[in-house]
Amino acid sequence: MASATHLVTPEEAHSDAPLEAVVVRFAGDSGDGMQLTGGQFTLSTALAGNDLATFPDFPAEIRAPQGTTFGISAFQINFGSSAIETAGDAPDVLIAMNPAALRVNVAALKPGGLIIADVGEFGARNLAKAGYATNPLEDGSLAKWQLIPFNISQLTLDAVKPFGLGNKEALRCKNMWTLGLALWMFDRDKAPIEEWVRTKFAKAPELAEANIAALRAGHAYGETAEIGGQIPQRHLDPAPAEPGLYRTVTGAEAISIGLVAGAQLAGLPMFFGGYPITPASAILHHLSRLKEYGVTTFQAEDEIAAIGSAIGASFAGSLGVTSSSGPGIALKAEAMGLAIMTELPLVIINSQRGGPSTGLPTKTEQSDLYQAVYGRNGDAPMPVIAARSPADAFDCAIEACRIATQFMTPVMLLTDGYIANAAEPWKVPDMTDYQPFPVHFHDEAPAEGKAVNPYARDEKLARVWIKPGTPGLTHRIGGIEKNAATGHIDYAPANHQAMTDVRANKVLNVRSSIPDQEVTLGEEGGRLVVVGWGSTFGPIHQAVRRARARGLDVSHVHLRHIWPMPRNLGDLLKSYDRIIVPEMNTGQLKTVLRDQYLVDAKPVTKVSGQPFKIAEIEAAIEDALA
Amino acid sequence: MNEMTKLTAKDFATDQEVRWCPGCGDYAVLKAVQRTMPELGVRPENVVFVSGIGCSSRFPYYMETYGFHTIHGRAPTFATGIKLANPELDVWIITGDGDALSIGGNHTMHVLRRNLDCQILLFNNEIYGLTKGQYSPTSRVGTRSPSTPFGSVDRPASPCAFALGSGARFVARGIDVHKNLPEVLKAAHAHKGASFVEIYQNCVVYNDDIFAPFTAKENAGNQLWLKAGEPMLFANRSKGIALDRESLSLKVVDVDGGDWAAAGVIVHDPRNRSIAHMLVEMPFGAFPTALGVLYEDPAPTFESAVAEQNSKASAGKAPNLQALVGKGQSWEVTKEPHVI
Repeated sequence: MASATHLVTPEEAHSDAPLEAVVVRFAGDSGDGMQLTGGQFTLSTALAGNDLATFPDFPAEIRAPQGTTFGISAFQINFGSSAIETAGDAPDVLIAMNPAALRVNVAALKPGGLIIADVGEFGARNLAKAGYATNPLEDGSLAKWQLIPFNISQLTLDAVKPFGLGNKEALRCKNMWTLGLALWMFDRDKAPIEEWVRTKFAKAPELAEANIAALRAGHAYGETAEIGGQIPQRHLDPAPAEPGLYRTVTGAEAISIGLVAGAQLAGLPMFFGGYPITPASAILHHLSRLKEYGVTTFQAEDEIAAIGSAIGASFAGSLGVTSSSGPGIALKAEAMGLAIMTELPLVIINSQRGGPSTGLPTKTEQSDLYQAVYGRNGDAPMPVIAARSPADAFDCAIEACRIATQFMTPVMLLTDGYIANAAEPWKVPDMTDYQPFPVHFHDEAPAEGKAVNPYARDEKLARVWIKPGTPGLTHRIGGIEKNAATGHIDYAPANHQAMTDVRANKVLNVRSSIPDQEVTLGEEGGRLVVVGWGSTFGPIHQAVRRARARGLDVSHVHLRHIWPMPRNLGDLLKSYDRIIVPEMNTGQLKTVLRDQYLVDAKPVTKVSGQPFKIAEIEAAIEDALA
Repeated sequence: MNEMTKLTAKDFATDQEVRWCPGCGDYAVLKAVQRTMPELGVRPENVVFVSGIGCSSRFPYYMETYGFHTIHGRAPTFATGIKLANPELDVWIITGDGDALSIGGNHTMHVLRRNLDCQILLFNNEIYGLTKGQYSPTSRVGTRSPSTPFGSVDRPASPCAFALGSGARFVARGIDVHKNLPEVLKAAHAHKGASFVEIYQNCVVYNDDIFAPFTAKENAGNQLWLKAGEPMLFANRSKGIALDRESLSLKVVDVDGGDWAAAGVIVHDPRNRSIAHMLVEMPFGAFPTALGVLYEDPAPTFESAVAEQNSKASAGKAPNLQALVGKGQSWEVTKEPHVI
């Protein structure tokens, strides 16, 4: 996995796609509980010691009309006994809860893959809603796959009958029945899920028991002869991993606890100003429950108020943090300029989604890189870093807090909808391994007759941070240009030149505090390098691994620091004959690399709202080397 | 500065040259605020002036306190963060009619309804001064300006009505050059919660004398200064405000021989929200302009509620970063991989 928690054996590094891996996709109506089913299946997978990666794919509508193709919610998981980097290109197993789910997802299924379909939902009305003229379960159109149709709806109703639920409530247990079957298929323990159900429905014990009955019935259905051995049971051995304590983590969770850790390492209380927006809201939700860590969360009236309050809190001596997605980040841009101008620490999380405008709120994209690096009025440089995976987001959040407080600057952390929602196993870090970076507030009043200069700087060019409340140091800051020596308003040409330069140089100085760029896989120099950033890590890494296993001269370089870039990056890129840059946008990092290093970086782009498939990047590697 | 030192207005003035137009009402407000500060018993280092953009928003640069000149319309958002991060600070928001009611209307509404403990001084000059004279959201219909050469056609917002409608718990009015302004400021400061003060401020360049019909010395009879527990009298106590019980509206009544009670003049009760609504809506001409503390009824403040909830939610929980990162369902991998 991305987080360097997995021991990749030499054989594995040179093998083709991991053999012992399975991709399962659960698909149903958005009200069918597919995300929940997927989440619990993920937990059981992690507990079984398999490595995994997930891809939740859900519609923007909360409850789209039942049975329609646009209301389909899917959850894909790739798991196995070797390192897993992506949620998998094509599913081996598709569990389709209705005709629409089948229609939307079946094309992605591997030839020969298994379809489990709930016949109970394949009535004339649902078939029509999904746009099927005839029943695909009967008309032979699914011949290239292995089809196992049975009536999950009826089986669920039978299983929960003793609990006296209404028809609608009883049918809600379908997802648990399905989960039970999936647990049996992959030889999993039911006990942790049953425990989870009991906790979830603690206030409604009958519902808990009904759901558990459905779960057990699904499991038993696989175990008994009822399906005539059609469904193979598979056991996947645990993936090799470094010894230690593990948990699953989503990107949103990792960022939240990373921010808490970052604030603690800085020795500061944290203030989080947020406004609800998909897919960034989860960070606000997580942080609002962590008050004992000195976290104050504020749901503001809009995106601008969210960042404004965070900047105000930073001015007052807290670590200000705000979070949003593209449209909200656009609204915050003016305030970011103020944080740059007043040189206050601030962390801005951008959980990117498909754009422009409202775009594809629940789908993933990496198209806000220009916005992050360039998207403000004036010369407004700001450090930008990007997380590559859910687990990596933890370290990135700490890094953002470090840069913000050490350099007195706003920092943008880029993540995306895929990272925010996806889960992966994470080796729980030992927090004593993290070096604290305590903040020093300037509190020495100037000598008699000397004035306060809020723009006095240290050797890194970071200005002093003076908290209101400190005697003898009253001063005023603001968005108007200030004199470098006095902090008073100053429009003089030479001063603006000097202040613009110092703001830019301060941000460039971040380079001296970050490691040189490493080659993620492969070696320095060669015929081809694949340069990536953010959540494309998994598919790029696997594609490069496969290509290298086939003897191709290709390496993978993955950037965390988007701005400023590591000092050695130019030389490193120039050590390869060719450069390709796969991105889920129309070529944004490519432009920055060309601009910074005058290298012939070639774009490999995808903006379908879906992550890259390994095969797509492998094909791009082959093209580049042709 | 020594704790014992008695501060003066000068201690709250910076060495910066004040750069408003000669004759601008802002000078008078600045002087009034600087004169009032020593009487509030606050230390300069515990005071923060926060402003947006506009002529009045240069104000913080002239106050020897902490100050933050932010972006257009957003001062309340920065103030909210400042106050939540450090509730001990004494926060003042300086804004104008365009800043607070046009670009920043949303934030003005929310800071008032949340009841953040701060003073909001809205300098209303019914014009955009800094951008050279366009009509503003408080300009009267027909205002001719560079952007409305044939006169503005949209109806103005009433700042105090907006504040009341937003749930403000303290609403007051003052006049830039009037001697009563320090008293209004002191009352605003004494009120715990969001104190909204509309200050009629003369723009000598773009909207000169727009308020003269009640601010000019000869028109002082058109000022109704409200005082808690006292009858609503104006024009040398020759007239008063009474309630028309049939139509549930206010009316002006003549007071003969000082017998205001006989004339039915209302005694000002700042907690009466209904009367406050009527006072801020009184059409000028038929009525005087209501000034002073129009409404005051304290309620719990936002920052105290947040702090209380934070401490309640943290009670009995020891922050443990290692426990936090390891939270949730976890599993141990030993040297030999095995299934739990």
